[in-house]
Amino acid sequence: MIQNLADGILVGSVLSLGAIGLTMVMHMLRFANFSHAELLSIGAYSALVFDAVYSAIFPFMAAKIGPLSMTWALALSMVFAIAITACSALLIDKLVFRRVRELGSELSMVFAAFGVALIIRNVIGLFFGLGTHLYSKDIVFAVVVSRDPLLLIKPDQVFTLVAALAIMIVLHFVLSRTTLGYALRAVAENPDLAQVNGIRLSHMIALVWLVGGALAAIAGVFYGLTNQISPIIGRDLVLPIFAATIVGGIGSIYGAVAGGFIVGIAANVSLIVLPSGYIPSVPFIIILVVLLIRPNGLFGEARA
Amino acid sequence: MSEIALQAEGIVAGYVPDLTILRDVDITVKRGSITVVIGPNGAGKSTLIKAIAGLVPKSAGRIVHEGLDISDIRPDQLAVSGITYVPQMDNIFRTLTVRQNLDLSLRGLKSGGYSRRDELCTLFPALAEKQNEKAGGLSGGQRQFLAIAMALAVSPKLILMDEPSAGLSPKAAQDVLERLRRLVEDGVTILLVEQNVKQALRLADHCYILAEGRNQIDGPAADLLADPVVGEIYLGAKRMRAE
Amino acid sequence: MIGVVSYAVFFTTVAAILAIAVLGLNLQWGNTGLFNGGVVAFFGAGAYGTLMLGGAPQADHLGGFNIVYPLALVGGMLIAGLLAWIVGILTLRLRHDYLAIATFGIAVTFENIMRNAESFSGGAKGIRGFERPLREWIGDGFAYNLLFLGFVLLLLILVYSFLQHLVRSPFGRLLRAIREDEDAAMSLGKTPSRVRLTAFITGSVIMGLSGGLYATFYAFISPQDVLPTLTFQIWAMLIVGGAGNGRGAVMGTFLVWGAWTASGWVLSRFAPIDVQLYTGSIQYVLIGAVIVGMLLWRPQGLFPERLVISQSAKSA
Repeated sequence: MIQNLADGILVGSVLSLGAIGLTMVMHMLRFANFSHAELLSIGAYSALVFDAVYSAIFPFMAAKIGPLSMTWALALSMVFAIAITACSALLIDKLVFRRVRELGSELSMVFAAFGVALIIRNVIGLFFGLGTHLYSKDIVFAVVVSRDPLLLIKPDQVFTLVAALAIMIVLHFVLSRTTLGYALRAVAENPDLAQVNGIRLSHMIALVWLVGGALAAIAGVFYGLTNQISPIIGRDLVLPIFAATIVGGIGSIYGAVAGGFIVGIAANVSLIVLPSGYIPSVPFIIILVVLLIRPNGLFGEARA
Repeated sequence: MSEIALQAEGIVAGYVPDLTILRDVDITVKRGSITVVIGPNGAGKSTLIKAIAGLVPKSAGRIVHEGLDISDIRPDQLAVSGITYVPQMDNIFRTLTVRQNLDLSLRGLKSGGYSRRDELCTLFPALAEKQNEKAGGLSGGQRQFLAIAMALAVSPKLILMDEPSAGLSPKAAQDVLERLRRLVEDGVTILLVEQNVKQALRLADHCYILAEGRNQIDGPAADLLADPVVGEIYLGAKRMRAE
Repeated sequence: MIGVVSYAVFFTTVAAILAIAVLGLNLQWGNTGLFNGGVVAFFGAGAYGTLMLGGAPQADHLGGFNIVYPLALVGGMLIAGLLAWIVGILTLRLRHDYLAIATFGIAVTFENIMRNAESFSGGAKGIRGFERPLREWIGDGFAYNLLFLGFVLLLLILVYSFLQHLVRSPFGRLLRAIREDEDAAMSLGKTPSRVRLTAFITGSVIMGLSGGLYATFYAFISPQDVLPTLTFQIWAMLIVGGAGNGRGAVMGTFLVWGAWTASGWVLSRFAPIDVQLYTGSIQYVLIGAVIVGMLLWRPQGLFPERLVISQSAKSA
């Protein structure tokens, strides 16, 4: 049971990072972006490429950082992965979503998102192959934190959780103490009023995509660090990340964080009663229950 | 230098392309005055203000402010041009605190933000006390003062206001309207929409009456206060321009 | 020569079966504005239902009631309808993007259950051992396939006519009214939610028919046949053809299915062996590009909706 809890918290931190970006986009642009989860894939694979490149050019960078399986090369690669993913998110909006927004109905946006997800997922498969990759081929040993009840934790998992929390604290600081943060919250609450107060909408939208993409990249790398990298990362994570945003309430960043952990823990704790084959359905059940009982989630509000 | 702060001519506008609300409206606002726009419901008063602010698309018409053509302005460029807008409802950010609201309005200022914020707090002492409260928790009158403070943040030349007394108790409405008078004495030009005809006409210098998306009559507010035609237009008995 | 004709029969049969499902989706989305992200669940319900009801007794899982074929087919459709009723009551009042997520989740759950509940559905092995109707009399040859094609085309025409009639009927007017202006419809005393539920169930029953026919044709169904990608294919067909009209739905189906099979054939014929592993990926990229491309270039479809003239105006 406690092992499930620990695993759930770990997965939760990845889901939270992914959900923050999704909740911002869903709230501001009013569409369910089914392709958001694919940004995690882009991040994971970008880091893979750069990691290989750096390790080859600078062999000393292939050394691991402390007890983690993350190498210095990978750490540096993350920076590039963030840049690539953030730019990809912005580019996709510019090329596809913005135009569909102007042309079509809101339903078209969701279809377009599905289409984009299909393209990204399968292009990744074409480039990198359909199999799985790992950042490090070494076997990582879990630390036995306790024997009874059995609790095994890998250093990577702790790092992921700590890093994710640190990022969330930074985000909280930006949102609560900088005018940029106020501007983001203002646009989320009332776009017209934000504009007449001098906030340029197109800049804020671009910022949302960049930040969402960056967080997704980080989440993708963390996921790859503690699981495997494969083209179906996006497909596997799309429902859990949606569940996290819905639980937390669309538009609430703190809600997305809470939602991520709740969904992660729920999915893992369900393993106690459900066979593992059914676990992909748990996020959906969560979504259904929340939408029926409390559609605005924990912290969400309808937009002005 | 021209006396005219704002001139709008031939405005045709509506929220959606098929539904025209304003059908060829003209407004002239003299600098340093309070100009009020009144009219029955559905006349297009709010739409006119929003069209000037760039929030409602125009299919025709020209707007000039202090000699500059602002017909195609984006709403976020208003402040830079010296114009601010206070909507009727939802005119403050409820989830942000009073101070955060003010800081947001001051964001565009290159320098002097803090001192300006202090100035605003001096102008509105009630707000100064509640700086760290969420704006959503303020009373109606306090919210209105905050909205006005936000509009004043960048020291605008022209303030557009949509029914500043709406939803307020008579005393609070009186306070707000008096405050507007004092602003004008400091050199600001105000164009506002009002539903409360008597109070508006007592406050304003010049008045425009709109009905069914067109100009009906305009003139010095004092004259219109005494004119029975005003009441007839409101009751629908008379229209100055044919459909 | 026989090979080409035989293939043409095979192609047309599958295309026609899918076209029925696309018509069902058109009723839900094109006519009623409902976003069904879980098409494959209702298709699958019909497929599994038909095979379970009509098939021979099975050793290790539920099924084998050996019901006569037409009833088994109808049974599959009813099961799809029942699923749609439950899903509809729970989800239809949601905002459209929540509806998309919820119905998508339904499809994922459906596939999950079919894949894991071995004693219920045969799990990953699927359901086999289904005797195609009239097989003992006509055999398995070309004649049978031709006859089955005729049967499917007949059903397609029936469904098409039924939906055309529905659209021109008072119910169709009601659907349009609700789609255009819900408040006005409510003020006339109509309950939009009930009307939408009816449209949703009807569309899903039609999808169930399609699934049942599909399973009959292959005499086999497994979780591999009810993956989310089938949902994307069916949407692509409707988006390409044009939502809101039956003609668009059918034309779009044949076009997209044609492109799908053609691309598969081209890749298997001309691509080097090691690339062929990726045929699926390439096809999915193409489908995604088609969806996105159509939405950007011609969102109304290649055969857009024309204004429907209601009956009373004609007779006036």
